[in-house]
Amino acid sequence: MFTLGPAEWQAIEVTFRLCLYTTLILLVLATPLAWWLANGRSHSRVVVQAVVALPLVLPPTVLGFYLLLALGPRGVVGKTLEDLGFHHLAFTFEGILIASVIYSMPFAVQPLTEAFKNLGRRPVEVASSLGAGALDRFRTVILPLTRGGFVVAATLTFAHTLGEFGVILMLGGSIPGETKVLSVLIYDHAEGMNYAAAHSLSLMLLIFAFVTLFVVYSITRRFRVANL
Amino acid sequence: MSLFTKYGQLIALLALALFTTTLHASGPLRIAAASDLRYALNDIVDLYREARPEANIEVIYGSSGKMTTQIINGAPYDVFFSADISFPEKLQAEGLTTTEPSVYAIGRIVIWSNTLDAASLTLEDLASDAITRIAIAQPDHAPYGLRAKEAMQAAGVWEAVQSKMVFGENIAHTAQMTESGAAQVGIIALSLASFPELATHNHHLIDNALHNPLTQGYVVTRRGGQKSEAMAFAEFMATEQAHNVMTRYGFVIPE
Repeated sequence: MFTLGPAEWQAIEVTFRLCLYTTLILLVLATPLAWWLANGRSHSRVVVQAVVALPLVLPPTVLGFYLLLALGPRGVVGKTLEDLGFHHLAFTFEGILIASVIYSMPFAVQPLTEAFKNLGRRPVEVASSLGAGALDRFRTVILPLTRGGFVVAATLTFAHTLGEFGVILMLGGSIPGETKVLSVLIYDHAEGMNYAAAHSLSLMLLIFAFVTLFVVYSITRRFRVANL
Repeated sequence: MSLFTKYGQLIALLALALFTTTLHASGPLRIAAASDLRYALNDIVDLYREARPEANIEVIYGSSGKMTTQIINGAPYDVFFSADISFPEKLQAEGLTTTEPSVYAIGRIVIWSNTLDAASLTLEDLASDAITRIAIAQPDHAPYGLRAKEAMQAAGVWEAVQSKMVFGENIAHTAQMTESGAAQVGIIALSLASFPELATHNHHLIDNALHNPLTQGYVVTRRGGQKSEAMAFAEFMATEQAHNVMTRYGFVIPE
């Protein structure tokens, strides 16, 4: 059933690299953002919340289209990079990585915002009054008390990036070893009427997605029981 | 505050990691090819690899229009084999090519079906109630789709078939839609209908007087001009060995 050739392994490698980097980058970006969304007092929070949630409702083609225009050699970002002597980002791994970070943003920000809201300001204020510094408060108070939120955010981000297709197809151009992720390779196999290869990869992704979601729901349940 | 400095450092580090990987090596020869070449070009690349085992070639298939848009937007393709020479000419007008666009083959379209005997079908039959779904490639950006539309217009059935048309993203996708049975009948490339697995079913060759010729042209892109492999492969396409493969898939080689 699972007969994987070099093209498949290459796509698996690109996909997992993309998912891993996206998850790491998003955890770094989403933590302060979610903290601000959960505890901030500014009215602009609603605007930011709406912007972060946009990928949930927008067709991936809208995001893919604008990113292609912006990151390509004629776009604002792409042209600036070219002028600085770098390569533009359309049809590159870095380009689809940026796209994935934007596309999966709500899946990292929302669970963390929930976790921080449930935590409330109290534990941090107490820690602060006891003289704990910012980093110390994060490491010894926030992180242990909200680790369920972090696990859910990381898993959902990883899994959602795995399921990305439309944005990558528009921005990535299906280049082996660079932007040809599993979902695009399956599409390619189906188009080439190589159904056996499409089957093994699809089944693999199906099982992986189920296991991931199973783990996420088990974790959220456990943490809810523990009153988190 | 120190928390945010730490974050600043981490973000800077990630940004740095991103840019260092942006410095691309010369890498493999990347060929963008129209979907009608999906099987023929694979065979030719295999032959080329036999002659030069060290060759590192990647072929990416899609509709000619989509490939052209991608190249304009900076896609890293070195050679572009289009299903219609107008697309390489467009790239030339944009200053994105190294060589003159030149014709490498003339394509043909056929009526093909997985469920009916297509050999006995004509374009006029497509209007009959017995046929409920017809697949062609998207005429806006896939040359094979445009020629299929022209042929149906010339046969006077285009208006009558409107409600039963489905459009594939490119010609290979159209063939797949027909092969799966989702569309009863498809107008696809002869080169795809000649692929052994599809050739088990008959096809009806559409009279080429009914549509503009599928003058397939290729070009070495500006990016490909820096690679000797790009010119070498283009030359290989003109060899008798490559021509034999092309004619086996039903292409006509121009004089």
